[in-house]
Amino acid sequence: MLTSSMKQQWFGNIRGDVLSGIVVALALIPEAIAFSIIAGVDPMVGLYASFCIAVTIAFVGGRPGMISAATGAMALLMVTLVAEHGLEYLLATTILTGILQFILGVFKLARFMKFIPKSVMVGFVNALAIMIFTSQLQHFENEGWIVYVLVAATLGIIYLFPYINKTIPSTLVAIIVMSIVVVSMGIDVRNVGSMGELTQTLPIFALPDIPLNFETLAIIFPYAAALTIVGLLESLLTASIVDDFTDTESDKNQESRGQGIANVVSGFFGGMAGCAMIGQSVINVKSGGRGRLSALVAGVTLMFLIIALGNIVVQIPMAALAGVMIMVSISTFDWGSIRNLHKVPATDASVMIVTVLTVVITHNLAYGVLAGVVLSMIFFAVKISKVRVLSLYMNEGQKRIYYVQGQLFFASVTEFQEAIEFNESDLVKEVVIDLSESHLWDDSAIGALDSVEAKFEQKGIDVTFIGLNGESQRLLNKLGGVSKSSGH
Amino acid sequence: MFTKILLASDGSDHSNRAIDEALKMVDPYKDQVHIEVVYAVDGDQSKKDVLQYGDSDTASLKRKEKFQSTIEYIEDKGLGAEITILHGQPAETLIEYANEGDYDCVLVGSRGRNKFQTLILGSVSHKLVKYVNHPVIVVK
Repeated sequence: MLTSSMKQQWFGNIRGDVLSGIVVALALIPEAIAFSIIAGVDPMVGLYASFCIAVTIAFVGGRPGMISAATGAMALLMVTLVAEHGLEYLLATTILTGILQFILGVFKLARFMKFIPKSVMVGFVNALAIMIFTSQLQHFENEGWIVYVLVAATLGIIYLFPYINKTIPSTLVAIIVMSIVVVSMGIDVRNVGSMGELTQTLPIFALPDIPLNFETLAIIFPYAAALTIVGLLESLLTASIVDDFTDTESDKNQESRGQGIANVVSGFFGGMAGCAMIGQSVINVKSGGRGRLSALVAGVTLMFLIIALGNIVVQIPMAALAGVMIMVSISTFDWGSIRNLHKVPATDASVMIVTVLTVVITHNLAYGVLAGVVLSMIFFAVKISKVRVLSLYMNEGQKRIYYVQGQLFFASVTEFQEAIEFNESDLVKEVVIDLSESHLWDDSAIGALDSVEAKFEQKGIDVTFIGLNGESQRLLNKLGGVSKSSGH
Repeated sequence: MFTKILLASDGSDHSNRAIDEALKMVDPYKDQVHIEVVYAVDGDQSKKDVLQYGDSDTASLKRKEKFQSTIEYIEDKGLGAEITILHGQPAETLIEYANEGDYDCVLVGSRGRNKFQTLILGSVSHKLVKYVNHPVIVVK
């Protein structure tokens, strides 16, 4: 069942995809190792995850040309789980995350991601950058001044090497140079080998070794829920960036299902949960990658290099990886959001800052997103609950007309009722409330109209509501309430 | 006579200066001239714009809006104008696009980097001069 578009997605750009896939694999290795260390697991867990996810996504993803693997955002969410319960629970959580993401994709819930406001997205990205940076600080402890020199040298190579050659990833060059320097000069610093074993074997299928009971579910579900949200958030954001760069469309629901399948596969083969990577995807499309083949080549090359060169990889000094992670953190941070901070509306700026602060305090990206979304909703409700009521007298003071502008719903009815003058002089016999520039949204709005009508009737004043739009009228009819106001 | 002009723009002041030079150059017969302003979006710009505007569609719309005033500026002077937005590495994408169309000339503003910066960074205008098959004018 290889349709022509599938053929295009796989083999439409073979040379570009193979080359960019190799470039991405080289850039992925240091990151996969570093993210494993952030999560507190052996480097192999991140490398297996990157291999499984990249390869699986190549087949089932919705956005060709996008790179998914073990990521910092996901690793940061796993830290406490791994510390308290260990690797087996992480694998089970990864599988559950995949199942949840698949379900969201099947029910086409990806579109609900648009309910996450832009300022929360920016806050998420900035918080992620800060968390990646702070997670590196542990590598400076108990190592003396030499570590600072090594990290500075790594960063120097990363930022200056592109002036000499742009094709070879400068992070890889930095890692190789620093490893050679440390090994040949016999500098005594921690390396990848001291953080965990590198087994140089292909991942094998295994069920996580955990008791299958409710207690386990209670432990892993909160982590899986957070991983699901953050994983889809970053994946769909990355998909939009790749859409934009390549000027093509992608299927966001298929991508959600694909991310799910990839995480299930990763969990069964001893890998941690992952998602799409903004940085790597940009590297991929910039290096000419467009099709599914690029992700496949990236995954396979990564695994091949680890199996072939594993005993060299353990020699990589942690200082070099810390340098790479600091670069990742600097490029992840959305610096434009700081420059524009004084230009954007104060509410947007505060949502962004609250998102970042929540993450920095709770060390959980999912809480940050939640806090940001809730705060945005409150701001939105406040903004939209502004109601303007104007009034004028007619027929020599016997009739008073109110013009209502704005949305009538639970948050705005109080303001609406306060604007209406109930203690009219005896002269007024009739009140008309013109709702043609308003909209009734809920039970509270209907209740408010009822109570306005009741209060006037106590004084023997007739009330008429006019100008209701169709939807408001239907709501009014459905919820009963003001009987005689229908019509007009 | 240059009547069909491609103007490679990055939206900067240097590019706008190139527009003014073009207007001076074709002034005698300006009512026959059509300027196509071409802008290439690269990977980092995509990331920045999608983050700022939420999704790819909105980002595309905002980019069109950004160049709307440029188009109006040119049209006010009595020339025809349109904006084309490309996606990819600026130099390579612009060269490919320029060579596919039949233009009388390609105009580009120079960023005004010094010699050392140009030596190590390379420059879009330099690459255009070298690889575009039409006359290329670099405005300093």
